[in-house]
Amino acid sequence: MAKNKRKLLQGNGACVQGAIYAGLRFFAGYPITPSTEIAENCARFLPQVGGRFIQMEDELGSMAAIIGASVTGMKSMTATSGPGYSLMQENIGYAYMTEIPCVVVNVQRGGPSTGLPTKVSQSDTMQARWGTHGDYNAIAVAPSTVADTFTETIRAFNLAERFRTPVTILLDEVIAHMRAIVPIPEEGEYEIVNRVKPTKPPEEYIPYEITENFVSPMPGYGEGYRYHITGLTHNTLGFSTNEPEEIVVKLDKLKNKIDKFQDEIMKLRVNNMDDAEVAFVSYGSVSRAALQAVSLARSVGVKVGTIQLYTIWPFPYDKLREICSRCQKVIVAELNMGQIIHEVRRALPEDIEVLPLQRYDGEILTPTQLLEKLEEVL
Amino acid sequence: MTTVVKQKSDVMLNYLRPKMKFPSVWCPGCGNGIVMGAFIRAINKLGYDRNNMAVVSGIGCTSRMPAYMDFSSLHTTHGRALPYATGVKFARPDMKVAVITGDGDALAIGGNHFIHACRRNIDITAVLINNYIYGMTGGQGSPTTPSGAFSTTTPYGNVEKHFDACNLAIGAGATFVGRATVYHYPQLEKMIMQAMEHKGFSLVEVVSNCHTYFGRLNRRGDASAMLKEFKENAVNITKAKTMTPEELENKYVIGTLYVNDDKTEFCDEYHKLMDVAQKRKK
Amino acid sequence: MAVRILDKIKTSQDRFEIRLSGSGGQGMIFGSVVLCEAIGKEGAKNVVQSQSYGPEARGGASKADVVISSEEIYYPKAMKLDLLLAMTQEALDKYYKDLKENGILVVDTSLVTEMPTKDYYGLPFTQMAREEAGHVMVANVVALGAICALTGIVKKEDLIEAVLLRAPRGTEDRNRKALEIGYNEALKLKK
Repeated sequence: MAKNKRKLLQGNGACVQGAIYAGLRFFAGYPITPSTEIAENCARFLPQVGGRFIQMEDELGSMAAIIGASVTGMKSMTATSGPGYSLMQENIGYAYMTEIPCVVVNVQRGGPSTGLPTKVSQSDTMQARWGTHGDYNAIAVAPSTVADTFTETIRAFNLAERFRTPVTILLDEVIAHMRAIVPIPEEGEYEIVNRVKPTKPPEEYIPYEITENFVSPMPGYGEGYRYHITGLTHNTLGFSTNEPEEIVVKLDKLKNKIDKFQDEIMKLRVNNMDDAEVAFVSYGSVSRAALQAVSLARSVGVKVGTIQLYTIWPFPYDKLREICSRCQKVIVAELNMGQIIHEVRRALPEDIEVLPLQRYDGEILTPTQLLEKLEEVL
Repeated sequence: MTTVVKQKSDVMLNYLRPKMKFPSVWCPGCGNGIVMGAFIRAINKLGYDRNNMAVVSGIGCTSRMPAYMDFSSLHTTHGRALPYATGVKFARPDMKVAVITGDGDALAIGGNHFIHACRRNIDITAVLINNYIYGMTGGQGSPTTPSGAFSTTTPYGNVEKHFDACNLAIGAGATFVGRATVYHYPQLEKMIMQAMEHKGFSLVEVVSNCHTYFGRLNRRGDASAMLKEFKENAVNITKAKTMTPEELENKYVIGTLYVNDDKTEFCDEYHKLMDVAQKRKK
Repeated sequence: MAVRILDKIKTSQDRFEIRLSGSGGQGMIFGSVVLCEAIGKEGAKNVVQSQSYGPEARGGASKADVVISSEEIYYPKAMKLDLLLAMTQEALDKYYKDLKENGILVVDTSLVTEMPTKDYYGLPFTQMAREEAGHVMVANVVALGAICALTGIVKKEDLIEAVLLRAPRGTEDRNRKALEIGYNEALKLKK
């Protein structure tokens, strides 16, 4: 293979390049710090590859437009930050219910409300799981570097297409605005997944047919299949229903299609865990501080490791339990007042002490802070 | 699927999803049925390829309409039909895209999307059925409920002012704006055809009857009484131009109110932009 | 029993941290981006750039950090600076504390008058830009030339190429000259 091209990209720019690599051809968005460069990059680069960019009147409209575009078969994305992510929840729920693939980037900043527009945070972690009302299963991924952002964006698109569901990319201000020289993969270097299209003729097509993997084939509008899509709870034909049996079939479908195929979604980076007595669990930019801290601590013989969650949702309960089985203490480092720590506690047996290291002053956790915490717990 | 159904009685059956969705949720006598009939017959007469057409709606009685019709149908969230439709149209500019909406859906919760769809002049036809009230939730006031009118949320009479959807659309940049009533059926059908054929954002406001709530709460009588009132109080735009504002009070000004064929359409403009971007890349 | 880890750790891993600091409008971010591109060009080194955002970046002290390593860069932000460029007194006062012991301090002596140490490299970058390169705007490039000469962290040719790639059309000569004078004058200072 030819030597990869290398390019200086900002995290937000890498997100766009990764998305285009994955097949993004439709972006709708509304400017908001610190995600705006994603919209700007899309405005510039999408028309060059035959794609489309539209600046909508608000985040509600942005989310609606990308779902509309996806319905025609086009891979679509929007990007926002906390306040906009809140506004998008209504139509993200619609995409869960109607099973329309799309990617939503949330470049996290401090909240609640308008909060800290230019400051880093990881306080939307739970919102990515439970942001919209009702019962559903969610997928969220969290890159930690500029290079990661490129590849995790590809993964997010692949997951959206594979599972017919919206996928959230939880970026944060640090990664989004950072620049680094990253390798640009050749075409074909990464697998690109496309949604399954129906093989049955239109007259036999059942829009929400229960298949082996609970994902139904999805034709684009204009491809000869005239079917109905509604945000109302619907039967396999796609029409609204109040029948208890049909309601259960639908909601179970949303749950099972992800629950039963979690292995395809899980991704963790496990570092120095073989003999670790203490582990850091983290995600996003904090993972980089954790890797640095562990590398420094290891240089003086401390048995400490890190587990980085690339997949935040669904949460890797079983994997985490397995990896941490020999640990005495697990430190959950995050930029919020305690969100993913609750899941870590649920995952681990009671004899493993789960300790918080939280920062919510708009600054990133530093390796020194992690090392200080380590000194404290050892 | 560009076959035009000639036999009059077969037209509706051909375009409906009779086995799946009927009876409809609409009250007997509801104006929505008349509008659906006009919409289907208009599309049939235009001879559009049904596979290349999408009908999008939001929430409300009116927004249930796409489910009954055999097009690619997208029943979305309250107020958001236009941005969803914008996504469909912008992704597939070759498709015909219509939005079926109501006064609450388009002008209250979706008001912002409405003016911006007009402003962009994107080639979408919005059929706004205005029955002056929220029907699905049981008769609450809407942005078109006239001052003084009764609803379950204006039990002492409406103290607010109402929107004129057509004026709003013209002001916001729509390039085809017309109003019909469910009584003036031939005009309605023809207007939908004109709007669908118009390149750019088109609005057809249809004055309709919710006798169940608006009629009952405001002593307007049953469906036929309300239609009769539309007949009596409708004034064609040509005649309306000769009348004073006092004379036009409580009248429905109907007909094609505004057409502008000179303004560029959004998707067309974007395609030109794509050419520029691609040349610059090289 | 508290275990002391921090005292034992030697932070000088394979890692070089540069901060370019000045006030908004002095082109510190431009400088850092160019530096990144020039260093990362070969693919032998990893580089990460970050900068201050928001109100902090409007006037007042502005900074951009570049972290360089031949290994994977874990923590992307500066921890202890190997080199601090201070283009204003305010920036120097604010960031000097982040400089490593024996770290390299480079200051613009046209704007900085009070030094916290005798151990620094000083050149009047702004004055040199105005008087010798033809425009005050290229003071940042004069400084880049100096950093190049003082550290050897980047090849001069790569740096020139990177500057010219991003410089506005019509300013090529001015930028090339700025880099050369910064480089040459700094070489004379080098201990």
